[in-house]
Amino acid sequence: MIAATDAVPARVTSGPRGRKPRRRLSRRNIIVYGTLIVVALYYLLPLYVMIMTSLKGMPEIRVGNTFAPPLEITFEPWVKAWAEACTGLNCDGLSRGFWNSVRITVPSTIISIAIASINGYALANWRFKGADLFFTILIVGAFIPYQVMIYPIVIVLREIGVYGTLTGLVIVHTIFGMPILTLLFRNYFAGLPEELFKAARVDGAGFWTIYLKIMLPMSLPIFVVAMILQVTGIWNDFLFGVVFTRPEYYPMTVQLNNIVNSVQGVKEYNVNMAATILTGLVPLTIYFISGRLFVRGIAAGAVKG
Amino acid sequence: MAGQIRGSARPNRWLRNLNAKIASIPMILTALVIFLGGTVWTVVYSFTNSKLLPRLTFVGFDQYERLWAAPRWLMSIQNLAVYGFFSLIFSLVIGFVLAALMDQKIRFENTFRTIMLYPFALSFIVTGLVWQWLLNPQYGIQSVVRALGWTSFSFDPLYNADIVIYGILIAALWQGTGLVMCLMLAGLRGIDEDIWKASRIDGIPMWKTYVFVIIPMMRGVFITTLVIIASGIVKVYDLVVAQTSGGPGIASEVPAKYVYDYMFLAQNLGQGFAASTMMLVTVAIIIVPWAYLEFGGGRKRG
Repeated sequence: MIAATDAVPARVTSGPRGRKPRRRLSRRNIIVYGTLIVVALYYLLPLYVMIMTSLKGMPEIRVGNTFAPPLEITFEPWVKAWAEACTGLNCDGLSRGFWNSVRITVPSTIISIAIASINGYALANWRFKGADLFFTILIVGAFIPYQVMIYPIVIVLREIGVYGTLTGLVIVHTIFGMPILTLLFRNYFAGLPEELFKAARVDGAGFWTIYLKIMLPMSLPIFVVAMILQVTGIWNDFLFGVVFTRPEYYPMTVQLNNIVNSVQGVKEYNVNMAATILTGLVPLTIYFISGRLFVRGIAAGAVKG
Repeated sequence: MAGQIRGSARPNRWLRNLNAKIASIPMILTALVIFLGGTVWTVVYSFTNSKLLPRLTFVGFDQYERLWAAPRWLMSIQNLAVYGFFSLIFSLVIGFVLAALMDQKIRFENTFRTIMLYPFALSFIVTGLVWQWLLNPQYGIQSVVRALGWTSFSFDPLYNADIVIYGILIAALWQGTGLVMCLMLAGLRGIDEDIWKASRIDGIPMWKTYVFVIIPMMRGVFITTLVIIASGIVKVYDLVVAQTSGGPGIASEVPAKYVYDYMFLAQNLGQGFAASTMMLVTVAIIIVPWAYLEFGGGRKRG
């Protein structure tokens, strides 16, 4: 369509100028965009089906036509998933799990980032003998399957009296967030100009003063990245939630699995899908809002090791 | 404050950088007590006959012998091998091809990237439940295709013991390939534009440039990605729980689930410890050569 305007005839005397004209509908473009669109549809399909199913009534689901939009939109399943669905003895829906997850995620994120940023700062700017050894153990530890460490942690938590509570789970998330976050902060602080740190020391500023007055204000971006990483990671956790808490404190993911995979009663697929979307909503929202930062967060978390 | 000389000419070395040391206590405790201590503890107790409670009665390799004789464990290992093999290959190939396509200066790159990466934001539980629904033979893809006229079409991986692990693989790839694509894209962007110009001048076809020039140049990215995928594979647990709970029968059991079930449901701690130690060994087999390549060979840290 627009191809004609692109191919402005070049003056022969001065030779062709500007970018090489490219036809929009070249064979190559068709292949590239065609593939990408097909792939994009594959990625979008589950989300689409989830939303469609959650808006249908059970009679309509039994008819089949899973991929078709609902003939009659109903929000009943959403209400039920949030407030009425049963897990075990409780029938107050996902709302309980949601608030548990909030009560787990908020303190875990804040505490783990606070500790990791100070660790990273100490490792980058106040190196003491042996620090690298601990750090290496920490980083190697990040690769050890959680299953290896679960039972000792159960014992430790039981000894200090927080096994089965939200506090215990917050501690666990703080521990397992530490390797990646510490690495993230250490690398960031190491990249800041050293003169700043030296000047502050000459002026007599100490460990905490430099951290609070110089390092913190300069590192907002990395804090946001760490926050995204932690919030999505902790919110999506299942294993720790199931191992370290009691049913009344189950996070949303565990509750969701219990609702959907419970064997009793008629399977209400629409409620299940609404519950699934509700559980995915928090990380999805973060992902869509933070966009570029989320990608950076993943890349930052990915360089662990 | 920290490291100031107080009175004596030679400061006590324990008091140097005192604040930094105090601030690092959580890290030191985590590293020593949880990561090192916890691991050693589990390995030691894997040689005991602990049942309901951990007990220090050593029985040698009994737990391991029992483990490797258990059909369920063998199934778990076999599943992990199949899942791991295909997951690695497909993640890397799909991730790289998508990244290469995204690198063609396309329009709407952000939109495509957003679409491919959003599943990664979702938990394995959510992913597993969505795909459980899509692969439900009564309502999912099978029923839709049948409704279109292919009445004998059969696609029910989650209900067929022979192929159930591939059903899990589909969901895992849906969730994880976006991440691989992103890492690969970052790697491709890091490659000097001049390489492309040079290969174009030499008239080398594009695919050849990718295979023989670009991919070898991206060795670092590939290794990092490989390690990330591989250590994720060993841990796979939530996805299986959400999609099949290990069924039908024991057809989709994985080691991580074996560990959990024996530690917390069957109350056979010794078996759980032995199985988790085997997971540790698997990861070590992946990590050690990598660590050697990355950090070994003369370059020493610290």
